[in-house]
Amino acid sequence: MSFISRGFRGKRRDTASSSRLPPGQYIVTDYPVLSAGPTPRIPLNEWTFVIEGEIDKPRSWNWEEFRKLPTEQVTKDIHCVTKWSKFDTGWTGVSMDKILEGVETAAEYTVQFSYGGYTTNLPLEDLTGGKAWVVYEFDGQPLHPEHGGPARMLVPHLYFWKSAKWIRGIRLVNEDEPGFWETNGYHNYGDPWREQRYWGD
Amino acid sequence: MTVQQSDLKLDGNAIGGLLREIFTMEMTAAEGTCSSCGKVHAVGQVEVYMNAPGVVVRCPACGQVQMRIVKGGGRYWLDLSGIRCLEFSSD
Amino acid sequence: MVQETPRVASLVLEMPDWPGHLAGQHVDVRVTAEDGYQAERSYSIASSPEDSRLAITVERLDDGEVSPYLVGELRIGDKVELRGPIGGYFVWRPADERPLLLVGGGSGVVPLMAMIRHRVAINSKTPTRLLYSSRSQDDIIYRAELERLAARADGLTVAHTLTRMQPAGWDGYARRIDLAMLSEVAWPRHEMPLTFVCGPTPLVESVASLMVDMGYDPPSIKTERFGPTGG
Repeated sequence: MSFISRGFRGKRRDTASSSRLPPGQYIVTDYPVLSAGPTPRIPLNEWTFVIEGEIDKPRSWNWEEFRKLPTEQVTKDIHCVTKWSKFDTGWTGVSMDKILEGVETAAEYTVQFSYGGYTTNLPLEDLTGGKAWVVYEFDGQPLHPEHGGPARMLVPHLYFWKSAKWIRGIRLVNEDEPGFWETNGYHNYGDPWREQRYWGD
Repeated sequence: MTVQQSDLKLDGNAIGGLLREIFTMEMTAAEGTCSSCGKVHAVGQVEVYMNAPGVVVRCPACGQVQMRIVKGGGRYWLDLSGIRCLEFSSD
Repeated sequence: MVQETPRVASLVLEMPDWPGHLAGQHVDVRVTAEDGYQAERSYSIASSPEDSRLAITVERLDDGEVSPYLVGELRIGDKVELRGPIGGYFVWRPADERPLLLVGGGSGVVPLMAMIRHRVAINSKTPTRLLYSSRSQDDIIYRAELERLAARADGLTVAHTLTRMQPAGWDGYARRIDLAMLSEVAWPRHEMPLTFVCGPTPLVESVASLMVDMGYDPPSIKTERFGPTGG
């Protein structure tokens, strides 16, 4: 049984109740780096982003083409399943609605796949309707490789493991395909407001 | 694409305590055969990434994921499918 | 508590019911804040198994969460929650009579010091060489003790390299560990030494890789990575 370590405070965190803070989370002001493997380093002249799978025809962009898409600046709260939340994070990127414009598909599910092999799954409707972006700047600066650069997904209404770093593309699929963490204990959907962290939550 | 080594990488020594919770014995000296490349390494030598929603263990030779360990909500989830065979002492 | 260097201190702990440990093992320390928040860190055991009290050596990291607490806040009489000993791969058992090469960077020297202290306590004559990399002379942990032990001339030699600053008249190495340095310090291949390398991840990987290139048998090179800092 653990006992309180006299005088230990730990890193700066705020658990003060807030309607913006999902259950079980605390607010941090730094930006923790989480990684399941070596940090991929992708030269921009080799980077591509694709939409493939159950689609009329696959789409792909290289870095130059991608940077020509209409961009937005968005400010969002993000929530990591390891319990930290960060408020008002600023990003620059392209809305998934723009990326999927004109795409014809009957698929209901998606799989995000990354350089380095990471995958995570989402219903297609969670990537659309102004809920998701492919972002390449954080706080006005190019996204650092440690934080998922050159580009990562931003899907802030779900736990942040559902926003793949080092994004390489999105596959549209008819059947749900649980990804890297979803096949190993983490909840298939991951809604922080219903505290859906693990299987069975 | 070039993949460089992350400073966040540790090795199997760092999960000695966690493995001791799961197995009934000390496991860092156990030898695992990678299901992907077939090379054998002691658990103390494999690459471990702990700054993640779970622990990810990778083969030092080929980088394939050997183990995933998640602990939370009163349960463990353990995927050892990246290890074909694990050999350790019964003493 | 023993202040080893300006940023490093050893905590000496009374452990009733301690089962004993092997040189090279570590403990996991867990700290709990009043709101239930917990943090856990691993620290190598610095004391020899013969010592009646357990010592761990902790480097205070500037942006650390647990180390500033252990080194700065703990007082005599405080309780520390830990589990262990842990480890079976990175351990030295004296029954293994191979010559020992110990290579440490920064706080990576801690488990190697447990091995050195164990060797002294049991009067082992196993030929042992320590190659220890530190930023400056002030950062050398256990400096006086290492000098004293090396002076016993009982088969232990200690070589230092200082990578950032060297005092006037310094006659040790003055650069990062490289092939030339290892060639001078390491036991010849035909002696089939047992090697332990511990410290920051980049140092451990560089040294292990050099030794493999030099022809040493990979299973005879045991490594323990301490992460980006670790010393």
